[in-house]
Amino acid sequence: MERSRLITAMEGILGTEGVIHEHEQLRTYECDGLMNYRVIPDLVVLPETGEHVQRIVKLCYDEGIPFVARGSGTGLSGGALPVKSGVLIVLTRMRKILEVDIPNQRIVVEPGVINIWVSQEVADEGYYYAPDPASQIVSSIGGNLAENSGGVHCLKYGFTTNHVMGAEVVLPDGSVTHIGGGLAPDAPGYDLLGAFVGSEGTLGIATKITLRLVRVPESVQTLLAAFEDPEGAGGVVSGIIGEGIIPAAIEMMDRLTIEAVEAAVHPGLPDAGAVLVIELDGPEAEVEEQFGRVLEICEENEATEIRVAEDDAERALFWKARKAAFGAMGRISNDYYVQDGVIPRTELPAVLKRISELSEDYGLRVANVFHAGDGNLHPLVLYNNSTEGEAEKAEKLAGDIVFTCLEHGGSLTGEHGIGEDKKKYMPKMFTDDDMNVMQLLRCAFDPHQLANPGKIFPTPRLCGERPGPFHMHPLQKAGIVEQF
Amino acid sequence: MQTERGITGDLRQIVGSDNIREATTEDAIEGVQPALVVEPGSVEEISGVMKLAAREGLAVSPRGGGTKTHLGDAPRQLDLIVSTTRMNEIMEHTPGDQIFRAEAGVRLEDLQERISESDQMLALDPPESGATLGGIIAANSSGPRRYKYGTVRDLIIGITVVLHDGTVAKAGSKVVKNVAGYDLSKLFTGSLGTLGIIATANFRLHPLPKASRTVAVEVESPQQAQEATQSIVHSQVEATAIELHYAEDEKLLTVLLESIPGGMDAKVETASFLLKQFGEVRTLSEEEADHLGPLTPPAVADEIVLKLGAPPAELGSVLESVLGAAERRGLAHPRITGHAGTGVTFIGFSGEDEDAAVGFVGEMREIQTRKSGNVTLQRAPLTLKQRVSTWDNGGDYLGLVRRVKEKFDPRGGMNPGRYLGGL
Repeated sequence: MERSRLITAMEGILGTEGVIHEHEQLRTYECDGLMNYRVIPDLVVLPETGEHVQRIVKLCYDEGIPFVARGSGTGLSGGALPVKSGVLIVLTRMRKILEVDIPNQRIVVEPGVINIWVSQEVADEGYYYAPDPASQIVSSIGGNLAENSGGVHCLKYGFTTNHVMGAEVVLPDGSVTHIGGGLAPDAPGYDLLGAFVGSEGTLGIATKITLRLVRVPESVQTLLAAFEDPEGAGGVVSGIIGEGIIPAAIEMMDRLTIEAVEAAVHPGLPDAGAVLVIELDGPEAEVEEQFGRVLEICEENEATEIRVAEDDAERALFWKARKAAFGAMGRISNDYYVQDGVIPRTELPAVLKRISELSEDYGLRVANVFHAGDGNLHPLVLYNNSTEGEAEKAEKLAGDIVFTCLEHGGSLTGEHGIGEDKKKYMPKMFTDDDMNVMQLLRCAFDPHQLANPGKIFPTPRLCGERPGPFHMHPLQKAGIVEQF
Repeated sequence: MQTERGITGDLRQIVGSDNIREATTEDAIEGVQPALVVEPGSVEEISGVMKLAAREGLAVSPRGGGTKTHLGDAPRQLDLIVSTTRMNEIMEHTPGDQIFRAEAGVRLEDLQERISESDQMLALDPPESGATLGGIIAANSSGPRRYKYGTVRDLIIGITVVLHDGTVAKAGSKVVKNVAGYDLSKLFTGSLGTLGIIATANFRLHPLPKASRTVAVEVESPQQAQEATQSIVHSQVEATAIELHYAEDEKLLTVLLESIPGGMDAKVETASFLLKQFGEVRTLSEEEADHLGPLTPPAVADEIVLKLGAPPAELGSVLESVLGAAERRGLAHPRITGHAGTGVTFIGFSGEDEDAAVGFVGEMREIQTRKSGNVTLQRAPLTLKQRVSTWDNGGDYLGLVRRVKEKFDPRGGMNPGRYLGGL
């Protein structure tokens, strides 16, 4: 289809307001939160309803045009990177909270709704939405769903996938389906919703999302503890877990991160080799006793300073320090590369040692921020883009760090996703068969590979191919269906 | 299928002569008897068996502990049972990481015993004794603790599967937080052997609770059962389970509370305070709690058991519709239990009057699907299953279920006929 005809057709669905086709305006959408990759889309469309999305996707399907869905564009793996000659479907106009059902602890929202709005909507009822990525004041629920976003409280409360209970989905052929029970548990059939959450926009577009609401805990206690080195902080993490305590959060920052955060938001962090922010929540008596034990564990591991948040304001300050960490790097380095890897918690000392060796070998500084409770590392590789070759060097170092995670039994990504950025690394974690079988799912949802093509997998598989010896489907043999 | 020397001989080559036998009536599934039972001892052996099954066009049914073979419609074809009994190794348990990796044939009891040595548990408590990890995943079994910890999908972190043609694939990892690649662990959860054989699985663990107590309140009506449940659900007491036993003579709502010793009394006090507006509250003895409390007792012989999934805040109308429909059809007061906090209700009733039973199931389906709930025949005599399917029709996502099945099992050799939509 000619571009001008496509524009007219899209305008027929959305009006001229809902279609962006001027080159300069399109450039706004050339990348997401990962700016190393840029592609200018052919067209940007801004649907306002599920029906709009359905008609847009149907049009793309009929014309064989690839499409990419985008929420707030805060993703850090290039998951919402447009595809050349493709349509970018931006969901920021779909921002309605459709239904609040406190008795069943559910809320139904459109994909463009911002994460924090959900908690704000139900705060008066004593409820909140648990997944809290650091981007929660800007990132959208649709984007969170696509990436299976985490946050600082997932050790106790789980990830986005544990909190999405149902979705209305526009499949890549433009049909609409409802997956997950939403309100009722245990819908029969495969857990299509479980497979859909975290599929990075490659299986379709969620247009209505049912989320689980969590009761605000009776008591919350937060402390900040400083240590001479990360080993001491690591000892506390092991100590708490060994004690059978599941904290709401345990976050770690190293010396370089503390410096940067201090320079950026001045929270008054202690001068230390590592800082932990630990939060416990739950029934008061339980929290009180366990918090006492956590304080002891900090002392046993020779904390140089312990501050207990006296009120919500001080707690907010601790969290501000932690959540500002990525952005704060700008204070101490022109450029930085955010890595996201996971290791088994017990491997932390060995992996930290290796990261510091790598940092020395490459001659680049690495700041470390961790969700220490669940082994999710965010090493930040600092570099200077104006120095010839340093960006490449930084990327290579970041790659070596994530391979170190794999060598220690971990994962390529804990919450930022594979997207465009890490698909080249997938063969380090998965065999060809693993990836081929994953792509069977892709073929079931999107046989023409129109939804966010080229992401996640280094080698897209044609849906006619199968791993192993070829077997003709009985229906195909009978001439009833054709293989895609 | 004919058990000609060729196939049996080839299978023997793969699994060893001791691990293959002719099937008996005991191995039959809903009246369909397979020819052979094989017990592969490794992922490679499962793969070898499946390659052969694909080559010979055999219909395969995977089996773990065999505790859930009553779930599902009668198989369309059944040649070979692949039992995971010999796949019983716990490959890794790292207490500091709160995870384990194990082969699918490991029995839940054995696993729990082993990891409880480190004061940890897998937070799954399906009632069947003898169930294996693979079977629990495939049947998506759960128990009372799902209220706090969720179900298989919330605890599984990695999986290795063998497809119909012997392809071995893994997904996930052994770390709790991981978003690399599609989450096939969840896709296989509840797949009932229709997508492939689950060979190994990784799960996250939780600390064993240090103290627990069960409080119970006697309620009088469906509405009260709902209100009592809601009072706990919306409180900050963080209950582990909220269970209902709703018989004609005794209607008990029990709440399992777990904590550390120092937190126990306050929890019991709060829960008791909330419940006492509905009736007399008592703390159950351990023995009584085990018997009556959160654990669902096994079904009585010849009983039909339905599982209803409904919004938890509609418990009252669910119970009323069950009691009303039973009475209209001349069925005795059904035996009702349920995970009241999560909206799962089990209804046990006699299958003596089959016409009444068919009508009852139909009516429940009609009501529940209208309210976006669901009804599954958890257990029923074959004659009833020939008249009503185990499953609802699956709503508008059935087409997608079918496409997934066609991609993973294009020859239709995996447990054919047992799943929804005749898959």
